[in-house]
Amino acid sequence: MSLGGYDVEVERPGGLATEEMTLNMGPQHPSTHGVLRFIVKADGEVMREAIPDVGYLHRSIEKIAEKVGYHGFMPYTDRVDYVAAMPCNQGWAMVSEKLAGIEVPRRAEYCRVIAVEFNRISSHLLSVGSMGMDIGAYTPFTHALREREYINDLLEELCGARLTFNYMRIGGVAWDLPPDWVPKAVAFLDRFEPLIDEYNALISYNKIYVERLANVAVISAADAVDYNLVGPNLRGSGVKFDVRKDLPYSVYPEFQFDVPVGRGEMGTVGDSFDRYIVRINEMIESCKILRQALAGVPEGSVLAKVPRKFKPPVGDAYVRIESARGDMGWYCVSDGTEYPHRVKIRTGSFTATSIIDKVSRGLMLADLIAVVASFDLVAPEIDR
Amino acid sequence: MSLLNTMPEYTVTTKIDEMLNWTRKSSLWYMLFGLACCAIEMMQTGGPRSDLDRFGAVPRATPRQSDLMIVAGTLTLKMALRTKVLYDQMPDPKYVISMGSCSNCGGLFQLAYSVCDGVDKVIPVDVYVPGCPPRPESLTEGLLKLQEKMMQEKWLVRRGEGDIAAAEA
Amino acid sequence: MDAAAFHQALQSRFGEAIGPLEGGLEPAIRVAPAQIVPVCEYLKKDGASAFDCLSNVSGVDYPKRNEIEVVYHLFSYPKRHACVLKVGVPRDNPTMPSVFRVWATAIWQEREVFDLLGVVFEGHPDLRRILLPEDWVGHPLRKDFVEPTEYHGISTKRESML
Repeated sequence: MSLGGYDVEVERPGGLATEEMTLNMGPQHPSTHGVLRFIVKADGEVMREAIPDVGYLHRSIEKIAEKVGYHGFMPYTDRVDYVAAMPCNQGWAMVSEKLAGIEVPRRAEYCRVIAVEFNRISSHLLSVGSMGMDIGAYTPFTHALREREYINDLLEELCGARLTFNYMRIGGVAWDLPPDWVPKAVAFLDRFEPLIDEYNALISYNKIYVERLANVAVISAADAVDYNLVGPNLRGSGVKFDVRKDLPYSVYPEFQFDVPVGRGEMGTVGDSFDRYIVRINEMIESCKILRQALAGVPEGSVLAKVPRKFKPPVGDAYVRIESARGDMGWYCVSDGTEYPHRVKIRTGSFTATSIIDKVSRGLMLADLIAVVASFDLVAPEIDR
Repeated sequence: MSLLNTMPEYTVTTKIDEMLNWTRKSSLWYMLFGLACCAIEMMQTGGPRSDLDRFGAVPRATPRQSDLMIVAGTLTLKMALRTKVLYDQMPDPKYVISMGSCSNCGGLFQLAYSVCDGVDKVIPVDVYVPGCPPRPESLTEGLLKLQEKMMQEKWLVRRGEGDIAAAEA
Repeated sequence: MDAAAFHQALQSRFGEAIGPLEGGLEPAIRVAPAQIVPVCEYLKKDGASAFDCLSNVSGVDYPKRNEIEVVYHLFSYPKRHACVLKVGVPRDNPTMPSVFRVWATAIWQEREVFDLLGVVFEGHPDLRRILLPEDWVGHPLRKDFVEPTEYHGISTKRESML
């Protein structure tokens, strides 16, 4: 087997009997990814199988939707992916609006895009920071948390909450941009963009970091599509697909931005390093979108007129949005009453966990941590 | 800690209980038991802006080396059984802070079929910190309240036969 | 290609197994359960449709129609078009073949539909509960699910302090 280009032989000194061990990793572990459990069958340090066991955070969010109604479900969508809560809000708002045929005012769409892109930067910061921490470097994590605090301040001024925002409503957003908020947001961007270079100098091209990530868990484009990987995981394998560009929604067609794809910079296309560097580059692209959006917010109202008792006509709708963790599918079936008949949320982390068993055969135990971190899994997305 | 000015500078007079409690409260090592959203706020509390390390609280990965368990997030029924195992693995004296609405009482997931409504159904809790999620300042306040509670504890007590029998029961 | 074109292509090839095109916001093609695997294989391999990605598998319980509907959302990365298939299985005996050989992502997505709704996928390599504990009784997303009062000694009700 190959480890970063070096061939590793598993040595068996003459006459020594060895056994396979079954180890348990989790569900409590020092990682930001949440409660995940792996049952690892290891031959020494090399894994034979790593079976994920999920469901420790199954909070039955989909069933709750049938009890609380369309408007009441919005706070629960924050908890589906609490690290990037704004896109989840947007997904639920969009599927309800599609069912009922509601048009969102342009100013509200701009507010949505601004909130979502700030949340994307915040989510990617946590992802790259915790990836550093999982590999063993604690300093990038504190840098990431520091920047997240500034974004939390901005979003707190916008909607009152630091983590689970509940900012969007069906038909628009809840609150307008506060006065003097736009200059503060632009000042943050001016401060943040040069720091990405500092980040790259600190950790991204660090020799130890590259050796830990390059050529580890290479996923081909065909496998990525077959296992329905989405978002940076898919783009890291070389497939150039972004829902914002290819199935555009909201006001994304009005912005110029690029879609970073893994190029096998330090190893093979589709390895963990590619998935990591795609996230760093996506933060740069989000800054571009934010500058364009903040410069051109149109006037108008921020919430369309939507009845309090929201009863969309009978039917079903499927909406895909680009969350920080990739393409999120929101499927809602309406039976004409105030309560949805069925809500299904298909998340990127759920499908990414299914490929871990296949990809981790032959890797070392420490690589399992790197692979889980490179997929940017969060437990609530897997379990809902 | 009470200082009497009549003594030389290198002498301190206090009660042994207070000194023991002071040393233990200033070095509360907490186990990273972040389950859900509150875990992110717990990490931010340990982060650069509001720092838990200045109170002596550093995160530990394993229950064997920690004396505080901050239950941050929703406790599902599947996880509740494991929580009891982890609590039992912590060495005495141990404390539990329940952070956030979900671990206090189930929070907004009381409607769910698979959620345990509150962590105090499985383990005893010392301090409840409300919020969804609580701000870093709230969690810090919770930690300070726990420290106040710890200062009240008594360790050196003259025990009679009745007390020993009761303790061993 | 749009839904009507897919429907026509499938009907000309599979005939009876394909139901009428259901209209609405998302036109869907009804497929008989027994034929779901050949239909999916055809949709994946045919050059005009090229559905290489199974985006979503959901199960929906319709007690009034006495069936559970399994909805497949397909997507094609080369052609950038989408398609919706719906399969209805009877509520008292919900079994249908598994499409895991066509798309590997179906392994986990079908496990979730089994866990929450009780649909048994024949031929599935590893059909067991995924989100709920192994010893859970019942399938929660069914409309007639009754929540248990306790699990392993932990009661599921919280008495109000008031």
